[in-house]
Amino acid sequence: MSQDTLFDKVWDLHKVSSLPGGSDQIFIGLHLIHEVTSPQAFGALKDKNLKVKFPSRTIATVDHIVPTDNQSRPFKDNLAEQMIKTLEKNCLQHKIRFFNIGSGNQGIVHVVAPELGLTQPGMTIACGDSHTSTHGAFGSIAFGIGTSQVRDVLATQTIAMNKLKVRQIWCENKLSHGVYAKDLVLHIINELGVKAGVGFAYEFAGPAINALSMEERMTICNMSIEGGARCGYVNPDEKTFNYIKNKTCAPKNENWDEALLWWKSLKSDANSIYDDVIKFDASKVEPTVTWGITPGQSIGVNQQIPLLEELSLNDQLIAEEAYEYMGFKPGQSIKNTPVDVCFIGSCTNGRISDLRVAAQVLKDKKVSRNIKAFVVPGSEKVANEAKQEGLDKIFKDSGFQWREPGCSMCLAMNSDKLIGNQVSASSSNRNFKGRQGSPSGRTLLMSPAMVAAAAINGKVSDVREYMH
Amino acid sequence: MKSEFTPPIGKISQISGKCISLIGNDIDTDRIIPARFLKCVSFDLLGKSVFEDDRKTLKGRHPFDLKENQDSSILIVNSNFGCGSSREHAPQALIRWGIRAIIGESFAEIFYSNCIAIGIPCFTLPKKSIQDIQKYNFNKKLFLEIDLKNSSAKSEDLNFNLEIKDSSKNMFLTGEWDATATLLKNSSLVERKFKDLPYIKFS
Repeated sequence: MSQDTLFDKVWDLHKVSSLPGGSDQIFIGLHLIHEVTSPQAFGALKDKNLKVKFPSRTIATVDHIVPTDNQSRPFKDNLAEQMIKTLEKNCLQHKIRFFNIGSGNQGIVHVVAPELGLTQPGMTIACGDSHTSTHGAFGSIAFGIGTSQVRDVLATQTIAMNKLKVRQIWCENKLSHGVYAKDLVLHIINELGVKAGVGFAYEFAGPAINALSMEERMTICNMSIEGGARCGYVNPDEKTFNYIKNKTCAPKNENWDEALLWWKSLKSDANSIYDDVIKFDASKVEPTVTWGITPGQSIGVNQQIPLLEELSLNDQLIAEEAYEYMGFKPGQSIKNTPVDVCFIGSCTNGRISDLRVAAQVLKDKKVSRNIKAFVVPGSEKVANEAKQEGLDKIFKDSGFQWREPGCSMCLAMNSDKLIGNQVSASSSNRNFKGRQGSPSGRTLLMSPAMVAAAAINGKVSDVREYMH
Repeated sequence: MKSEFTPPIGKISQISGKCISLIGNDIDTDRIIPARFLKCVSFDLLGKSVFEDDRKTLKGRHPFDLKENQDSSILIVNSNFGCGSSREHAPQALIRWGIRAIIGESFAEIFYSNCIAIGIPCFTLPKKSIQDIQKYNFNKKLFLEIDLKNSSAKSEDLNFNLEIKDSSKNMFLTGEWDATATLLKNSSLVERKFKDLPYIKFS
């Protein structure tokens, strides 16, 4: 059992009781909700005649179903309109703060909470979305929950959960030029496998992690779940505190001093005990691209798609399924694979720094003919900041469509979808069969810089050849 | 698929039913219920759309479409079943189709906890045992009686033990899987925690 890690400390601080069945009752410090996984939870409250216990601890926004072309109301899609209306009604009725479209603060829930300063070290954070692990970048313990647990958090501000084990993922050295947090996390998932994290919280640590910006740390923690870990985190440091300082919902004045004092006390001890430790050399990571139908099926951009016999017996079944679905031959290069659609956005890579990196690659270049390329900022704040910096202009000049904030084609719940067996170069997080809206659509996951390079070239490319 | 849905309530100690085998590792929640079906404010209609895209691709040959599997209630799966998103719509679609228990090599974490939260026990067995059961089930109808207390399953020809975490097992046996009532009992402790946490006042 782990001891004295940040995870242990935060868990113990939030433990309300040991439940008779053997799990712990854990207090949730910050609860985030959106339109997809909350309506049934509010419905259950009504059925059970329960109220929201602490409305001030729940924050809402709308992201999954919002159109990114025309956001005027009512939405063209009746079902989407019904979902946003239900959320509006529930928030009003239960006095929950709601960042709606046009508020200046709407966006993907995992982009919005950090940029408002709501996400802070030492908290427990839950949301009906598996990418809640993102918030662990601030040294909080954050995890996705299902709708029944959303109901429980609304009604009791707690959930029943078994304590996780802690695996430290130590990353030595630093990422080389043209290699990003996305590449590192895809590499880690490839090495460990998509189910290695089941039962674990991942603590990302070491010089390569310390060198990352807060937004890059969010990218890493975001994809913990793709490695099977419900929760991933980084110990907070000066970068964390500086990022939060002066944000809208950050503590102010004497509260800031008090918060800072407490946050500085929050980290894994030097002699803390982990259930497991795994080491990586970040300097060896290449720009990475997925070739299959799980986020673990990735290779360096200059490598070949693995042969069946190069894979472990456990990985062979899903590899065969992947070759067939993706239309790839074992041993084939991933580089120069033609793409049809290029998507920059999502809670993994839809932040301002992601847009900056992609814009830098695209500056004075044109998107290849016949490619549909679009960028969906992670939030209204990201969009506004990008516009102030003129990034929207760079994207548009290159041939990218500039869209309104939302989850968009990461999971294609709005009208942004692949058609037929189109291939997308995507900065999102999942390459599952059918994930991007077409039952035969094919997704290649990569960093935003790599998506930009693919857009220019019309095929999978090594972004380092496009950098000056 | 059953036409009427009655959700499980209270203590769960016995589950009996016909098995349906679904072969494949890493079957994710987007495959169990594609995202377009999440555009709903109730779970009621999800049962018929379970595995929609996989079923369309297989044109009637998907296990959930085969005539002999209708009325099945125990799903036999392989490794990392339910990986991907936290959508409770996935187990909600399965339970509305008729699934009341799942036996597999391993499960993704959030899917597993969602199954507990809606009253679907998930059991594990080693890879080889799962494959043996799936092979057997391929040729022959398999009707299992699962006894949760003893973590065992029996049929006409087979008798075997199942694995399930003690804490999960206890939740089903005591009815605590439907967690709200249990959590509400500690209301005063929760209020004290709210007051004591260092950050509530400044965040």
